[in-house]
Amino acid sequence: MIRFVDVHKSYRVDGRDIPALQPFNLDIADGEVYGIIGLSGAGKSTLIRLINLLEHPSGGHIFIGDVEMTALAEPALRAQRRKIGMIFQHFNLLASQTVADNVAFPLRLAGEHDAGVIRGRVDELLARVGLTAHADKYPSQLSGGQKQRVGIARALANRPTILLCDEATSALDPQTTASVLDLLAEINRELKLTIVLITHEMDVVRRVCDRVAVLDAGVIVERGAVADVFLHPQHPTTRRFVTEALPEEAASELAPFARVPGRILRLSFRGNTTLTPALGRVARETGIDFNILAGRIDRIKDLPYGQLTLAMQGEHVDAALVALREAGIEIEELHR
Amino acid sequence: MNLLQKLFPNIDDWGELGHACVDTLLMLGGSLLLTVLIGLPLGVLLYLTGNGQLRPMPKLYAATSLLVNVLRSVPFIILMIVLMPVTYFLVGTKLGIRGAIPPLVIGAAPFFARLVETALREVQQGVIEASQAMGASLWQIVRHVLLPEARSGIFAGVTVTAIALVGYTAMGGAIGSGGLGDLAYRYGYLSYKSDYMLVTVALLIVLVQMLQMIGDRIVTRYKQR
Repeated sequence: MIRFVDVHKSYRVDGRDIPALQPFNLDIADGEVYGIIGLSGAGKSTLIRLINLLEHPSGGHIFIGDVEMTALAEPALRAQRRKIGMIFQHFNLLASQTVADNVAFPLRLAGEHDAGVIRGRVDELLARVGLTAHADKYPSQLSGGQKQRVGIARALANRPTILLCDEATSALDPQTTASVLDLLAEINRELKLTIVLITHEMDVVRRVCDRVAVLDAGVIVERGAVADVFLHPQHPTTRRFVTEALPEEAASELAPFARVPGRILRLSFRGNTTLTPALGRVARETGIDFNILAGRIDRIKDLPYGQLTLAMQGEHVDAALVALREAGIEIEELHR
Repeated sequence: MNLLQKLFPNIDDWGELGHACVDTLLMLGGSLLLTVLIGLPLGVLLYLTGNGQLRPMPKLYAATSLLVNVLRSVPFIILMIVLMPVTYFLVGTKLGIRGAIPPLVIGAAPFFARLVETALREVQQGVIEASQAMGASLWQIVRHVLLPEARSGIFAGVTVTAIALVGYTAMGGAIGSGGLGDLAYRYGYLSYKSDYMLVTVALLIVLVQMLQMIGDRIVTRYKQR
């Protein structure tokens, strides 16, 4: 468990303190994938660097498990850092070293000098990220996605319990992003390690995260399970991120429908309710009419979800809404 | 032999010329080695203690920086004369190859240190941050990240310094350090034997060209990575 207690951070610039993160508390559970989303300058890079103390907080305490990171002296801190892997937007590989030597680097830093042991571990890691054939190449000979895979293999070398991802897919194209995210999800599942990732793309959060915190100008404005935040965003910043993650027609859903007759409703389905014909059944039973204005079905991590925007007409709309809610469907009334 | 005599009538002892060549090479080799041994750590110190770097120490940086600048601003021929007592103290003579090496090193090491500092600053900040995140100590970062990542820039600096040293060794000739500069000065300038001048200049050009070629080759080899 990663715990932030009353942590805040400001930078001293020209004798003035510029706040980067307002005091906050945050718990990240073992084994979960926690997303921190925010625009650039919101403080998310600072926040993720507080975990391995690449940035020192101006106040407050940071715990990893029982260890208070903020109380450690330099050598003990270095030992703790070896248990925290980190990957970066620009990969930050050693250009002068081969792929295999880059992956071996953290092992050597940790004092492992047995060539056989290093070779074995490197082979294992390269196999996991699918780069066995590229062991003797240099980073400059690899594509962006391959470089990030080297970064991931390097981050996993010392069998960390935590993996920090600093905008790890922001420099990659959509396909490569998808495959890197799949790899991260697989690592989280199989190695049971905690992943903390920062991003400015809601789609990244939707695909891999369990929980999310939304950061706006140094303040966590919203947090919770990704499905809750994604389906029912509260804060304007969160809404903007969610809207950006949607196809265009769904994003601009409300304005053109204001003149459609009936009550405009947004129905959210999660998990199994997505897969049952509840809407049809309720319509038959209550005699209401509905007109689908917009809709989509997708996944939030492994959870199937659907969202439909409907215009509903008929005598028994209220009864229909009760029946739909009973079937586990979440309903928001957008216009009446 | 006849052709050589016709072209260079004043050069009667080619052996002396060969000897001078060897002297220049010895001075160059010895001083370059010591320059790198002293300038490299000095450059690393300048880099590490600089503003916003890994171990910012403004006072130490300012002091080192001042010393480097002072040594670099004194023209070499004057530096050599000023340093004579130091030279005598260090190697027991002011003359010959031995006498030439201390001023050469003291003149070139600060220059090389600046080039090392510049090369190290070219190393991506992100790579250093990544190694800190992996739990690397300061020494590990210097030894395994900074120096290997900056090696093409450092070798370019070695090349530039070697070529500057060729010039310095020639100046050394004026105050009795021997080598090609000494020949050019004594025969070519003081005795008006311009063919000596021509041959020594040609030899120096060849030497500089070779240094540049070797240097470039090493730099390119590392740069591709």
